[in-house]
Amino acid sequence: MSVDKATVARIAHLARIGVGEDELEPLAAELSGILNWIEQLNEVDTETVPPMASVHDEALRWRADVINDGGKQADVVANAPDGDNDGDGAFFTVPKVIE
Amino acid sequence: MSNLVEGATGRWEVVIGLEVHAQVISQSKLFSGAATAFGAAANSQVSLVDAGMPGMLPVINEVAVEQAVRSGLGLNAKINTYSVFDRKNYFYADLPQGYQISQYLQPIVGEGVITVDLEDGSSRDIGVERLHLEQDAGKSIHDRHPTKTHVDLNRSGVALMEIVSKPDMRSAEEAGAYVRKVRAILRYLGTCDGNMEEGSMRADVNVSVRHPGDELGTRAEIKNVNSIRFMQQAIHYETSRQIDILEDGGSIDQETRLFDSQTGTTRPMRSKEEAHDYRYFPDPDLLPLEFSDEFVDGIRATLPELPDAKKKRYMAELGLSEHDAQVLVSERDIAVFFEEVATGREAKVAANWVQGDFFALLGKAELEVADSPISAAQLGGLIDLITDGTISGKIAKDVLETMFESGQDASVIVEEKGLKQVSDTGAIEGEIDKVIAANADKVAEFRGGKDKVLGWFVGQIMQATKGKANPQMVNQLLREKLKP
Repeated sequence: MSVDKATVARIAHLARIGVGEDELEPLAAELSGILNWIEQLNEVDTETVPPMASVHDEALRWRADVINDGGKQADVVANAPDGDNDGDGAFFTVPKVIE
Repeated sequence: MSNLVEGATGRWEVVIGLEVHAQVISQSKLFSGAATAFGAAANSQVSLVDAGMPGMLPVINEVAVEQAVRSGLGLNAKINTYSVFDRKNYFYADLPQGYQISQYLQPIVGEGVITVDLEDGSSRDIGVERLHLEQDAGKSIHDRHPTKTHVDLNRSGVALMEIVSKPDMRSAEEAGAYVRKVRAILRYLGTCDGNMEEGSMRADVNVSVRHPGDELGTRAEIKNVNSIRFMQQAIHYETSRQIDILEDGGSIDQETRLFDSQTGTTRPMRSKEEAHDYRYFPDPDLLPLEFSDEFVDGIRATLPELPDAKKKRYMAELGLSEHDAQVLVSERDIAVFFEEVATGREAKVAANWVQGDFFALLGKAELEVADSPISAAQLGGLIDLITDGTISGKIAKDVLETMFESGQDASVIVEEKGLKQVSDTGAIEGEIDKVIAANADKVAEFRGGKDKVLGWFVGQIMQATKGKANPQMVNQLLREKLKP
């Protein structure tokens, strides 16, 4: 399986990673190499093996429905570069996004 | 009844599928211990999990799982005792993790079916494709600043059930009836409050058109519609938009659209190059969700009587008409109220009072049953006064209005205003004698065969007694006294 330049550009956009035009070709080659290497796994017949959900042999832990977190507005917005605490509450702010 | 839409090139059929997002009733969020209550100060109900801080791990809320199973049972659906959480990846300012934890290929609830009731009294079965658990996103607020969007993460991580229908609906009316029925079922179950104004229930609407018998057409998805009326407007608009395009020789783009409630129209939400590619994959932070059949049976054992079963019982055991039963079971609050009024009383009489005068007063005051100024016990008390002959049915209507305004018991109002029905033979006879003595001409008319005059006499006596005379007794005594 190989990845072309357009696919790399698309994946980069979906992941919001800036990739320069000159980096696309080398990245395509690199990603294709990784995929080809992983594709070797397809040579193993796994028809009768159930998919493995986790390397841990344990069950999902459940939590009781109790309120024991929250109430930490200051902590939550501490790293917000342009937070706005105007008395009604502490907000994150971002450049206007509206459709 | 045909739902087909007449077009220039023939008749068109509308095909509608709905994704209803219902907020789970729980104290805390799906994967964190932060509170879910509506209306708290911005970002005051946010754990570091909900804020997407690095290294924070989700732990599932057992009540959210129970509520999803309960809802699945209420939708007559298959419960999957093994399901998987996946990450749905996209970037948006109110999604701090950069992904939503959802369920993709293996949801907690599979196929089901619900029966919807239409205005003409008929009903239809609508298929449910699946129900899965997922996290809600935060809230973007656009009107606090001219150039900035404010983000409040209180809703981030709140448990939602996404209920996906099959494309089984063929009209806006059916779609409205479906949402109403889903909402009623969830409210009966206590798994979602169904409050569309507060956003605890919203719908994405998929609409396509085709000539009857053709393959399904390309659909447009209208996002985040927050009332049944808007949903129906959006369906009407979208139907004619698509028919116009197709009849002009164009084709429909599969796209996401927004409904504008100001104009009643829909418009594209995102340009094509931004088309979403969610790159779902199993969330490595969460093991598969597994539970036993016993867990499911335990929940099944606690299910309340649901609207369809209740309607059948009202008809079979209480002898109510299908229409009455339908109205009374349509909302859990109404059914609870009615049942309390009907306990120990004639069910039909209780049904008439609840959905007659009582509903009229509620409607006039724009109130829901839950906000009623009088309790079911008080309405029952009023009915008792009619049953034991203390007041007439006519007076009772006035008493009910006074009760509604003052919140007082019927017996208090009847006592204070002296509205007790006069069933004392002597008192009524006295009034009758006076009227007969003063109207010899009318008496002669009656004796001459004009039976209609009797009504006039009854009216005179009711007027003289301010409506308090027992009408049956007045009739009976009058006939005796007027006999030649």
